[in-house]
Amino acid sequence: MATTTAGSTFVTKILRFRELAIVVAIVLVFALTYLKNSSFASTASIQQMLSGPSIIIMLAVGETLVIVTRNVDLSVGSVLGLSAYLVGDLFVHYPHMPVAVALLVGLLIGLVCGVVNGAIVAYARVPALVVTLGMLYIIRGIDAIVVNGVQIQPSQIPQSFVNLGSGSLIGIPYLFWIAAVAVAIVGYVMRTFRPARDLYAIGSNPEAAILAGVRVPRRVFSAFAISGALAGLGGALWLAEFATVASTAGSGYELNVVAAVVVGGVAIFGGSGTILGAALGALLLNTIDQALVASRVSSFWNQAVAGILLLVAIAFDRYVSLRAEKILRVEGAHRDNA
Amino acid sequence: MERVEAPEEAPSSDGHTVVNPHESEALLVVERATKFFGPVKALVNGSITLYPGEAHALLGENGAGKSTLVKILAGVHSADGGYITLDGVAVKFSNPIDAREAGISVIYQEPTLFPDLSIAENIFMGRQPLRSGKRIDRSEMLRRAEDVFVRLGVPLEPSRLARGLSVADQQIVEIAKAISFNAKIIIMDEPTAALTEVEVQRLFDVVATLRAQGAAIMFISHRLEEVFAMCQRVTIMRDGAFVKTSTIDDISIDDIIYSMVGRDIVSLYGEHSRTPGVTVLDVEHLTREGVFTDITFSVRAGEIVALAGLVGAGRTEVARGIFGIDKLDAGTVTMAGQRIKTGSPLQAMNAGIGFVPEDRRQQGLVMQMAIDRNASLASIARLSHLGIIRQASERKLASEWAARLQLKFGRFSNPVMTLSGGNQQKVVLAKWLARQPRLLIIDEPTRGIDIGTKAEVHRLLGELVEQGIAVLMISSEMPEVLGVADRILVLHEGRLAAEFSRDEASEALIMRAAAGQMKAVAS
Amino acid sequence: MTTPEIAVTTTNISTTPERELLMPPRSFKDVLRSGVRWESGLVILFLASLVYGWSVTSYFLNMETLFFAGLNFGEIAIMALPMTLIIITGEIDLSVASMLGLSASTLGYLFMHGWNIWAAMAICLMVGILGGALNGFLVTRLGLPSIAVTIGTLTLYRGIALIVLGSNTAVGFPAWTQNLSSPIGNTHIAYDFALFVVLALVFGVVLHMTALGRSIYAIGLQPETAFFSGIRVKRIKFSLYVVSGFLCAFAGILYTFQQASSASDTGVGLELNVVAIALFGGVSIFGGRGTIFGVVVSVAIFASLQSSLTAINISGQAQSIVTGCLLLLSVLVPNAIESMSRLWPRIRSRRPSMEVS
Repeated sequence: MATTTAGSTFVTKILRFRELAIVVAIVLVFALTYLKNSSFASTASIQQMLSGPSIIIMLAVGETLVIVTRNVDLSVGSVLGLSAYLVGDLFVHYPHMPVAVALLVGLLIGLVCGVVNGAIVAYARVPALVVTLGMLYIIRGIDAIVVNGVQIQPSQIPQSFVNLGSGSLIGIPYLFWIAAVAVAIVGYVMRTFRPARDLYAIGSNPEAAILAGVRVPRRVFSAFAISGALAGLGGALWLAEFATVASTAGSGYELNVVAAVVVGGVAIFGGSGTILGAALGALLLNTIDQALVASRVSSFWNQAVAGILLLVAIAFDRYVSLRAEKILRVEGAHRDNA
Repeated sequence: MERVEAPEEAPSSDGHTVVNPHESEALLVVERATKFFGPVKALVNGSITLYPGEAHALLGENGAGKSTLVKILAGVHSADGGYITLDGVAVKFSNPIDAREAGISVIYQEPTLFPDLSIAENIFMGRQPLRSGKRIDRSEMLRRAEDVFVRLGVPLEPSRLARGLSVADQQIVEIAKAISFNAKIIIMDEPTAALTEVEVQRLFDVVATLRAQGAAIMFISHRLEEVFAMCQRVTIMRDGAFVKTSTIDDISIDDIIYSMVGRDIVSLYGEHSRTPGVTVLDVEHLTREGVFTDITFSVRAGEIVALAGLVGAGRTEVARGIFGIDKLDAGTVTMAGQRIKTGSPLQAMNAGIGFVPEDRRQQGLVMQMAIDRNASLASIARLSHLGIIRQASERKLASEWAARLQLKFGRFSNPVMTLSGGNQQKVVLAKWLARQPRLLIIDEPTRGIDIGTKAEVHRLLGELVEQGIAVLMISSEMPEVLGVADRILVLHEGRLAAEFSRDEASEALIMRAAAGQMKAVAS
Repeated sequence: MTTPEIAVTTTNISTTPERELLMPPRSFKDVLRSGVRWESGLVILFLASLVYGWSVTSYFLNMETLFFAGLNFGEIAIMALPMTLIIITGEIDLSVASMLGLSASTLGYLFMHGWNIWAAMAICLMVGILGGALNGFLVTRLGLPSIAVTIGTLTLYRGIALIVLGSNTAVGFPAWTQNLSSPIGNTHIAYDFALFVVLALVFGVVLHMTALGRSIYAIGLQPETAFFSGIRVKRIKFSLYVVSGFLCAFAGILYTFQQASSASDTGVGLELNVVAIALFGGVSIFGGRGTIFGVVVSVAIFASLQSSLTAINISGQAQSIVTGCLLLLSVLVPNAIESMSRLWPRIRSRRPSMEVS
């Protein structure tokens, strides 16, 4: 009885298609690079491919929540830097701090920053771009003061923590496990629980969301809080991975995160996109990075390629939505004349 | 169309006649609701009674208080005085969600759907059915949505995205939402404004189904023909107060207009001398795929040509094509003998065409800009000297036209959004007339305007053609078309179906042509 | 027939009731009031910053401070001018700093490969025009969201800069170019500053007094109406991006000559500074609002604060806190003013009150 139109099938297909397309792209890049440099498929190389993007994947997960609500969080890079440093500093003073506590501290630092962002954006109703930009500056400043020119050295970080950053479980790096778990949990929540669906509603049509009884300020606040928390956790992981932090850590990261998320199919104006997509976007960008290195293309090409890829992704999304609209419009006309 | 039984008349204690067609308990009673916004009395006596199973029209001019009354029922405002009872229980809503929970749903003209989410999720947002552990049960949600559509008799696929749904389908989804809330009262604000004939009929059927299930439907509409076709009773308001309520059988259109306006409308449309001159506009074989095909006609100086037809027939689209807003796939536009380049509003403007669009708030005016700046917006190049806009010239333009059009406003620097609908329309007119166009295209000249200003606009159109300007008018209001136009072109599904002169035209003929029941006119 | 002359939302039946609740809480009057208030507030802030600077070091109000402030802020200030116009039309250009870097890198590369400095400069300006045109094309022709597009071109142009110059630093520019880092003649005015003032005047006249400027505001407030009124929306937006690209490339040349060197990471991160200056200057991120005067005062405030804070040895990075706070204040304060004004009954009577649950 119910009619499924070709238009709606097209749209649904394209959406699922997006994640598949990214996976295919990743595989393609991998294959092409392997042909040029067979050591690209070595264990070490693959592990690097998995652990490399793990932190940016964490940040991308949080950023997705925010972008879905039609906002943006530009402070994630600075939050990461601040968190990395503070956790490192904590290790300097308390060398026997357990790994779990270190991660928790990082998360809490990020949470505090996220809460401030969320409070201002959600309750004072000011544009997120401006607020998170301001917070980016403030946090960077605080970071500079706290760091005061001192760099955390690898020797100051306990081995157990460093192992988290370089070790692996059944061949897969811990970092990747952590990122994967985050993606799995948050991804599942986004599909399955009402408060998460509210986020999509807010981004899709903010006025309708209010009418539908969605507690918009509360949800937006939570999205920023989680984004901050994940950025803070990312900072702790950064410390684990690199074991050294300067005051410039994380600087400029935020735009990479937004780029990854957009490549992954999350609409910049909110309302659609998946956690898995965002993670895959980050994975793709990072794989290309490493592929360029492995095929001995000068690493100077990384950025340019990333830029082109982002532009292609945006143009593609637009093309898809225009096609879908046209199909649905023509269908609609035919249906009435039937 | 089901007929209602002869009403029992029973005077109520307040003096207005209560008509009870179903001899059942009233579902909703609103008595003397009042609402003030500072010194402004938006509502002084809002009264209406709804019975289960009826379709009831709420009529009145703009400013009559209908929207305020609806907003109170919707929970957007709370009344300052009076009382509301629902099912015999006094109620007061503090927010729209309260009202919805109580069983009152409002369907607005503008969609409140989430384009990126499925229809089912649109219906159940915030109330998605759950299974264990507070997880959303998608299959149950789809099933319930499907149920609702079965009840409505409309085949919409619940799992498809809401993006791309036609206005009519969006309305159906809104109605489905209302049903899922077990709405006892459904209020529809101008529901047929953007629907094609087929869709209007479908809406009528849906309304009949809802009524059969015991819901009461309240319509706000300006389309009296539809009100007579669909409703059993009407309530008329004027100047914030209740005027009259009646069954549809006991009242005539004249009665309604009289009650709405408070005076007899003698001549709404005025007379203008009709001496058409040379051909100003010539369009030939205009085509835009999927929208309109092979449109050919001309407009002469000193005449008003109306484009009539149902919504969706392509009238506005033809106008947009002529003015260059939309690109044409084929055809030519010639102004005063010169071919003009299509697809560019600037070219059209330079050729002497002015375009007063359908949606003045979104397309005709920059709401937050000052009145004088809006009036000069199409003339800024002309008002500049060496690139700099001359303030004095701008002011002069604004004041001349404000005087000529009898604009009621505070100061020129006030934003145009502070004006009433009728005055806003005057600003749009000023903007285009300041360019002294040879052809004025005007789309729905009096939509959303009070009756006094309506008359002024029609008079103005008459004056314009007397001065030799050609006017192409699009209107969905039959009386306006018949009263104002010299020639009427009827579109049906993108094609020219018929052409009538003023003398030979009648409502019936136009309707038949618009419905496609006449042979197409050979161009 | 009396129709109460209240705000259109209650007399126009096609506005949904809830819509009223949710429209941005600004009538033009409030916007005008807050706008004029904003620019005046900025002037007061500027004077306050001067006072502060003078209190911190008695050398503050001498000419040299002015010179160095002009020198340090010259490029950012120049880039802020087209940025202002772009933001007013409702778009944004985040690729400005990358274009500056690309231009600097190109200049360095060409010069190091023996090109005549003038020819090299011409090429850089062309690159700027092309880069701006790409932005313009993607935003107007393909209709892509400018924030996403310019993040893409930001990455792309920085990437090309990297490819062009790699990790090299170009030095050894002709001696006369170093004059750009000295004052003009006998004055204490930096060339940057002078250029900025001239450009600011041009932009100011264009934005506030010409038909083009009026069109820019109309595009930002209501693009559909602008189009329906014969304004060439796409062409204007495209041109603004080209101008932005050109001026950023120009700024890159200036910067290179001042620093007497160029590297591929020249100007990294500056785009956010430029946006911050524009926003703090009263340009609304939503478009349709802002003045050149406000942006000029904003530049002055940032320059003055930077000078005074540097004088008391607060590092550049730490000064970020001040930038961030100012940015936050720039949006929180107008909001606070609006909330307060909504509580005044006098204002209430002009608009239907919105009862928020």
